[in-house]
Amino acid sequence: MTNMNLINWFRFASPQSFYPLAGKLVPLFWTLALLFGAAGLWVSFFVAPTDAQQGEGYRIIFVHVPASWMSMIIYLAMAFWAGLGLALNTRLSSMMAQALAPTGALMAALSLWTGAFWGKPMWGAWWVWDARLTSELILFFLYVGFIALQSAIDDPRRADKAGAILALIGVVNVPIIYFSVKWWNTLHQGSTINLTRAPSMAHTMLWGMLLMALAFWMYSIAVSLMRLRAIMLERERHTEWVKHALE
Amino acid sequence: MKPRHKRIALIVGGLASITIAAVLVLKALDSNIALYITPSDVIAGKAPHDKAFRMGGLVKQGSIQREGMTTRFIITDTAKEIPVAYTGILPDLFRDGKGAIVQGRLGADGLFSASEVLAKHDENYMPPEAQHAIDQAQKK
Repeated sequence: MTNMNLINWFRFASPQSFYPLAGKLVPLFWTLALLFGAAGLWVSFFVAPTDAQQGEGYRIIFVHVPASWMSMIIYLAMAFWAGLGLALNTRLSSMMAQALAPTGALMAALSLWTGAFWGKPMWGAWWVWDARLTSELILFFLYVGFIALQSAIDDPRRADKAGAILALIGVVNVPIIYFSVKWWNTLHQGSTINLTRAPSMAHTMLWGMLLMALAFWMYSIAVSLMRLRAIMLERERHTEWVKHALE
Repeated sequence: MKPRHKRIALIVGGLASITIAAVLVLKALDSNIALYITPSDVIAGKAPHDKAFRMGGLVKQGSIQREGMTTRFIITDTAKEIPVAYTGILPDLFRDGKGAIVQGRLGADGLFSASEVLAKHDENYMPPEAQHAIDQAQKK
C-alpha cells in the first residue's frame, strides 16, 4: 500500500505527467491572485487607517513587504529545487529552479525599488549601505547571476549543475537578510511581524498586508508554472510526449 | 555508497562549510557592518577622530532648538548624550523622542557637526487615534 502511494507521488516528478497538471493549475492560481490582489488593494487603500507617524506614505509597505518576503521565499524554493536536482539528477526539479529565478529577481527588484521610494521621504535617503539593504541587493545579484550563468552554458545538464552550486552558495544570504536588523545597527527598522510575538500593527493594516502577501504568493506560483511549462517544452522538444502535447 | 548519497553528502558538507565561512567573515566584519555607533561608543572612544562617522540613537525629548536653518538637538542612547548641530532640511520623520542617525564629525568641544541626518523609523504602525490614546495615557 505504501509502495503504491510512493509510485503515484513520483509520477508527477516527470515533466510528461506534470505538464498537463501545471496547465490545469495555472488558471486556478491566476484567479486566486486576482481575487486576493483586489481584496488586498481595497483593504490597503480604503480600509486601513493612516499611520500616526508616516501619514499616507506608509501604504507602500503593502507592496514592499510582500515583495521582500517573496524574494526570500522564492530564493529558498529555488535553492531547494536546484539542490534536489543536483543530488538526485531529476529533470523536473532543475527546471523548477530555472522557472522560479526570474520571478524571484522581479520580487527583489520590486523590494529595493519600493524601499527606495519609501526611504526618501521617511528616512531622508534613497539608499543607505546598511546590512538589510545591502544583503537584499546581494540577493538580487544572486538571482541575476543564477539566470546569467544558466543561460551562458549551452548544455542544460551542465547549466543546471553550475546554477545549483551558485544557488546553494547564495542560500547563506537569506538568513542574513532576515536577521540583519537584529544582528547589527541598521537604518532599516526591525520586523513588524514576528513568529514570537504579536505584530505591532493595527489590525486592518495587517489584513491588507496579509491579503497582499497571499496575492503575491499566488501570482508567483502562477507565473512560475507558466514559465515551467515553457521550459519543459523547450528542453524536451525532441521527445514524443512534447510532439503529442503540441498537436 | 551510491553516487546519489555521495552527492547529497557533498551538498550537505558544502553548505555546512559555507555557513561556517560566512559566520567567521561576518564576525570579523562585525563593527564594519553596523551602520552607526551609539553615543556610549563615542564617549568610550570608539569613534574615529580624523574622519566622518555615523552615530545613532534617540532625539532627546525637548532638545530640538531651531536657529534659522540650523537645528541643534541631543542624540541619546538613554545612557550617554551627545549634542548635535545640523544645517539643512530634516526628513519628515525626524521627531522629538524618535530614532535618528547623524553623519558627520565630532568637534574638539564635544559638539557633533552633522552633514546628514536620517530618521530611523520604528516597527510600529498605528492609526493616529491609537497614538493619541497612548499619548493621553502616558500623560496621566
